[in-house]
Amino acid sequence: MAKRVVIVGGGAAGMQTALELKSRGIEPVIVERDIELGGKARGWHKLFPSFTPAGDIMRPLADRIRAERIRCFYGQEVTAISSDGVMLRSGERMPADAVVIATGFTLFDAHRKQEYGYGLYDNVITSVDLERMMNSGKVLLADGSEPRRIAILHCVGSRDEKVCQKHCSKVCCITGVKQAIELKEMFPTADVFNFYMDIRMFGPGYEELYREAQQRYNVHFVRGRISEAAETINKRIQIKAEDTLTGRPLKMTVDMLVLLVGMSANYENEALASTAGLSLAPNGYFKANDSFLGVVRSEREGIFFAGAATAPKSLADTLAEAALTASMVDEYLKNRYNEK
Amino acid sequence: MRNLNFGYGISRPRAIDMDNNDLRKSNAIIHEMPELQACIGCGSCTASCTAGGITDFNFRKLHTAVRRGEYRGAYEELNKCMLCGKCRLVCPRGINTRAMVMLIKRKLGDY
Ligand SMILES: Cc1cc2nc3c(=O)[nH]c(=O)nc-3n(C[C@H](O)[C@H](O)[C@H](O)COP(=O)(O)OP(=O)(O)OC[C@H]3O[C@@H](n4cnc5c(N)ncnc54)[C@H](O)[C@@H]3O)c2cc1C
Ligand code: SF4
Ligand code: SF4
Ligand code: SF4
Repeated sequence: MAKRVVIVGGGAAGMQTALELKSRGIEPVIVERDIELGGKARGWHKLFPSFTPAGDIMRPLADRIRAERIRCFYGQEVTAISSDGVMLRSGERMPADAVVIATGFTLFDAHRKQEYGYGLYDNVITSVDLERMMNSGKVLLADGSEPRRIAILHCVGSRDEKVCQKHCSKVCCITGVKQAIELKEMFPTADVFNFYMDIRMFGPGYEELYREAQQRYNVHFVRGRISEAAETINKRIQIKAEDTLTGRPLKMTVDMLVLLVGMSANYENEALASTAGLSLAPNGYFKANDSFLGVVRSEREGIFFAGAATAPKSLADTLAEAALTASMVDEYLKNRYNEK
Repeated sequence: MRNLNFGYGISRPRAIDMDNNDLRKSNAIIHEMPELQACIGCGSCTASCTAGGITDFNFRKLHTAVRRGEYRGAYEELNKCMLCGKCRLVCPRGINTRAMVMLIKRKLGDY
């Protein structure tokens, strides 16, 4: 009989793990607390670094899950995990031969950085709002007009002890570069300023895209973190920063301020980890067994990880890792059940 | 009279004011040499600069300020450059920094 693996979370990581397990003759079951598959990546407009529409990646994954008749439970939250099954919020227990934690991340809530006025000022938005606007085909100011001057702020809710988020979210720098280019394409005469502390371009083609944003799209990169934002009487946003490369304070008024929100660990990680006997990394993400050969293994036999549950990751890294997870689960099941 | 000091003075605000700075000149400079925007602020040009070795001339700071529309004193400051071209040899972004010195001087000559 096929071994059964419960996958907690039906985002990119969960779907890819399920498909890979299925192709290995293992029976995957996805438990997703949302009403559909896809996780966060379902909401993105175009993906860095290639500007591929997110739907071109995410839709075929979900279609294949259906075509392969992989069982999915929607609107069900997993509240406890062990190597032989999971417990749902409904109280139902779901037995399994192995469990994969693919619970992903939580978007940083920009309201918590009050100094930037998200939720208070109409024209302060997050990178996620911008993706949504681009999906709707319209990026406009609150009064319906086009922005002529836009600031993009890096590291909102990342690398910031004031909001207990000490880690780098890894994907927001390249998201900021991508969105700056998209804005310049939409509004060629607008001026776009990216305010950054460090520019982290870790992936293939990222540094090249950064340079393209600078040289070809004339995006202005200012090294310095915006310290505060205030709304003017005509709903523009006044910002202050230090231009650290000239060593002088800088102030300017923009029409729109985009906050590049970080990837935080899920709040429920602590409770989930304690039911499973797992520990968390200092940033609240699940702790991988080691940093080299055990990146998808947990400290407990039979419990595995896939995707952004262990650290901020790009979609490409998430999908690649999920294939590794499936192969590790397969190896574990073979060793455990078939050898004797 | 000299000892009379009421603590008031007229000092220019230090902040770079991107709302009131005249960015037309810096835009024109960038337009002519878009590669200038590719600067990553590494400081290699300043570190290798012949003029910077013997005066307080800081090329990286200067061209960054010019891009923000801060032209005051830039032309005079650039007179310290002896156009040796060492900065160009080290720039990791491949910016023709020496040509940039001449371009900025040309654009700011009448400032
Ligand atoms: C603003 C932004 C833009 C981005 N743009 C790009 C891009 O252009 N290109 C790129 O490569 N990457 C991008 N990324 C990264 C990408 O979003 C992630 O790599 C990807 O979403 C990770 O997938 P995941 O499945 O691990 O996690 P998630 O997408 O978070 O999915 C996790 C799923 O698990 C479910 N879940 C969680 N807990 C439970 C539970 N207890 N029980 C049941 N279900 C649960 C959730 O509902 C969710 O559906 C971006 C990230 C951000 C923040
Ligand atoms: S990727 Fe860039 S913007 Fe995001 S947290 Fe890291 S340094 Fe900040
Ligand atoms: S060309 Fe001018 S700026 Fe460049 S290294 Fe020589 S003196 Fe310095
Ligand atoms: S060497 Fe080039 S990249 Fe580095 S600061 Fe000078 S101009 Fe900028």
